[in-house]
Amino acid sequence: MRAPPQTVTELRSALRRGEITSVAATQAMLDRIVALDNELKSYLTITDELALEQAAAADRRRAQGEDGALLGVPIAVKDIICVAGAPTTAGSKILDGFIPPYDAFVVQKLKEVGAVILGKTNTDEFAMGSSTENSAYFITRNPWDLEHVPGGSSGGSAAAVAAELAYGALGTDTGGSVRQPASFCGVVGLRPTYGRISRWGVVAFASSLDQVGTFGRTVADATALFQAIAGYDRRDSTSLNVPVPDYAAALTGDIRGLRVGVPAEYFVSGIEPEVETAVRAAIAKLEELGAEIHPITLPHTRYALPVYYLIAPAEASANLGRYDGVRYGPRVEGADMIDTVKKTRALFGPEVKRRIMLGTYALSAGYYDAYYGRALKVRTLIKQDFLNAFAQVDVIACPTSPTTAFKVGERADDPISMYLADIFTLSVNLSASCGLSVPCGFDSKGLPIGLQLIGNALQEATILNAAYAYEQATGWHQEKPRIGRG
Amino acid sequence: MTNPTTYYEPIIGLEIHAELMTNSKMFCGCKVVDSAEAPPNTAVCPVCLGMPGMLPVINRQAVEYALRVALALNCTIQHHNIFARKNYFYPDLPKAYQISQYELPLGVNGWLEIELEDGSSKRIGVRRVHMEEDTGKLTHLEGGGSLVDYNRSGVPLLEIVSEPDIHSGEEARAYGLKIRQILRYLGVNSGDMEKGVLRVEPNISIRPVGSTAFGTRTELKNLNSFKALAEGTAYEIARQAEILNRGGQVVQETRGWHDARRITFSQRSKEEAEDYRYFPEPDLPPLAISDEWIATVRASLPELPDAKVARYQADYGLSAYDARVLTEERAVAAWFETAVAAAPTHAAKTVANWVINNLFALMNEKKQGIEQIQVTPAGLVELIGLVENRTINHNTAKEVLAEMFATGQSAPAIVQASGLAQVSDEAAITAVIANVLAANPDSVTAYLGGKEKLLGFFIGQVMRELHGKGDPAVVNRLLSQTLAARRQA
Repeated sequence: MRAPPQTVTELRSALRRGEITSVAATQAMLDRIVALDNELKSYLTITDELALEQAAAADRRRAQGEDGALLGVPIAVKDIICVAGAPTTAGSKILDGFIPPYDAFVVQKLKEVGAVILGKTNTDEFAMGSSTENSAYFITRNPWDLEHVPGGSSGGSAAAVAAELAYGALGTDTGGSVRQPASFCGVVGLRPTYGRISRWGVVAFASSLDQVGTFGRTVADATALFQAIAGYDRRDSTSLNVPVPDYAAALTGDIRGLRVGVPAEYFVSGIEPEVETAVRAAIAKLEELGAEIHPITLPHTRYALPVYYLIAPAEASANLGRYDGVRYGPRVEGADMIDTVKKTRALFGPEVKRRIMLGTYALSAGYYDAYYGRALKVRTLIKQDFLNAFAQVDVIACPTSPTTAFKVGERADDPISMYLADIFTLSVNLSASCGLSVPCGFDSKGLPIGLQLIGNALQEATILNAAYAYEQATGWHQEKPRIGRG
Repeated sequence: MTNPTTYYEPIIGLEIHAELMTNSKMFCGCKVVDSAEAPPNTAVCPVCLGMPGMLPVINRQAVEYALRVALALNCTIQHHNIFARKNYFYPDLPKAYQISQYELPLGVNGWLEIELEDGSSKRIGVRRVHMEEDTGKLTHLEGGGSLVDYNRSGVPLLEIVSEPDIHSGEEARAYGLKIRQILRYLGVNSGDMEKGVLRVEPNISIRPVGSTAFGTRTELKNLNSFKALAEGTAYEIARQAEILNRGGQVVQETRGWHDARRITFSQRSKEEAEDYRYFPEPDLPPLAISDEWIATVRASLPELPDAKVARYQADYGLSAYDARVLTEERAVAAWFETAVAAAPTHAAKTVANWVINNLFALMNEKKQGIEQIQVTPAGLVELIGLVENRTINHNTAKEVLAEMFATGQSAPAIVQASGLAQVSDEAAITAVIANVLAANPDSVTAYLGGKEKLLGFFIGQVMRELHGKGDPAVVNRLLSQTLAARRQA
């Protein structure tokens, strides 16, 4: 028996050659989920019926001569993205049982190209977290070591892709929630430029920072998903009405002359030595492949964390006000209307409550100028740092996270140490940049390390090609996690 | 209570909320429906229900309507518009925030003229005009439970804030009426306060005459008519004066108007007031309004009431009063102007008199608006023509107009069918005169003896014989001639 296709690219070839049907590939994935996900816990909902219907439809489309990068390819969707008719909880009890009557823009796009949706993956509640431990349902495990977290908040998607429980997946990245779990799980995670992908139908956490991103086991796979969902949507006023390039065609592997900046501020104390070593080796590899390495400076880096933890909770405090049990979601009946709403809102988890309070405080009369108002100003300085840097270089290279995956429970009671897991990713969201994480090695415990590549606004093709060149030259993506291998 | 205005100067500012009659809502594609008529929750979608992941898109027509109003109120238009989230929590507000303009409203520093009862006019400043969205509507059931209707949720709403230039309930009423008139002229709001599509909320404070510091203000809500606005404001001025006269202090609070008891009552004190935690709406980029757009909207504005009044006085020679009456509603003014245009030979003044004295009476009697009546401008002009060419006399014409109003028939058709044409035939009238004089020999003798007042009696008798259709001028002349002839005989 031939080994099943390992990547989107391989699956597409096999489907084209008729060696496998989408129904068979989908069923194989569903079987694997049943076998392994009791341990891994990457999926909150498995949409098996929907998946097999979509797979059969994809096979019919292919029989009629259609082809496409994702036609009949089984993928997973983070449970903060609405899929019509499927439960969408955002990892929260306050949306337990909520079934949206609409598809998110990105889901519409995936359906158009014939992708098969296997299910909804676990997430920190409302994407607030860096370990998936804040999910109100259960903790997802890292497929490389089940004692460790997969990162977050898109930990379910990252773990599912790493464990081959999906060929690719969608996540969302508000402060690093695609790149950081990609790094922890040893997969590729892309966080495109804000506005490159419509947020329509994506449950909002922090509206000015949220962006859908893609996971793949290879750069080409993450690119294929990205290609399918990028584009303008008139229903999202912040989406960018600019043409979508052919990203796959940009993956040439040729990075000769590429100017790579290495920011001094991203190699400081707190970074694990093994992470720094691996990332510096990766940068050396880029140089070996023809890139020019330039030291650069992003002087406002140290403000990114406080700025982020004012802006994101402030926006969240407004975005989460709607969950009152009046129109949808569960309702906890109280003595009267206001009491009912209060009791219903008690369904929020502790981290969500913490951020609602933080944000409410930051926006309050008398505090706005000192907190939210000042944060907006510093955000502008951080943006300017990046614009200055991109006047000199094409790509910025740095670690995705200062550490590899930490142990389950290790940081759960210490919000600040948890927040630090995103310290290298937050600035991309605060500026108008795009970023990705690509595997660049393992620590001595066998846990993956990620290299972060950051590009200027709408320069996804540049960072994807740099990552592709690196991946092809190193082959880290061929390493497999232990789960499911006895 | 003593007359407070003797000792205190009331300082009043008005906040007016006007729903815009656009096709769709402010941020989604739902139809704007009459929430009093439409079944609850039938004009809703995931966006205006605040469902997860839904995003707002600005309605261009709503911005255009708002621009019309801001321009009509002489505002400076801001090119860079920011929407903000106004956060507060209530089940009729689906997102728990209202998208509104805060720091950078659409229009600022405007003004309008109001007319006072003594005929003078006064300029009231308009501080700002900004766009926002309406909330849903809650109904609390007796015996517990609340129902919510989101048909109104997301309907475009305009907030118009005056400067505190208003000094009495009557001025408040005049300002409110003027705003309503302009909104109606612009075709953006029906002005129906009872339905809540137009909501007027005065801020009222008083201070001793001569003082420059402001007193503590109260805000008045639930005013469902302009009468309530005038009365409620006056009540509040008197109430505050009485408190101050007693040596007390006015409490800053929101007060409601009790329409049946005609009093104000405390609703919410300042301590309970909300902190709305405004911040820029991240789901909407800044809205740029170009000079070209402003110019296009400005050019499309209709002639506004003040300009019309001036023109009617200058071009038609109407009195200020008549001009105001005719321009009260844009549709009436248009009707009148069509009639004047169709009547090149008659003075506009004659047309105006017919409209004001006769047509309005019929409309009031039958409770019909100008859009509903069957009389056309050309039809009225035709009727006036019949009077001027003496086919019918003025009194007959009034009856004909009533018939036109009731049946929609033309004046000539009615005159023809009912034989109402005026008798101007001198031979026929002379014969009738002879009969009347012959039948009243005593009166003739008395008249000839000097009781000339009896001329009216003879005219009446002759007109009666002619069934009211005699040409009054001809009757008068021939009767005078005949009697003069007798005297000489």
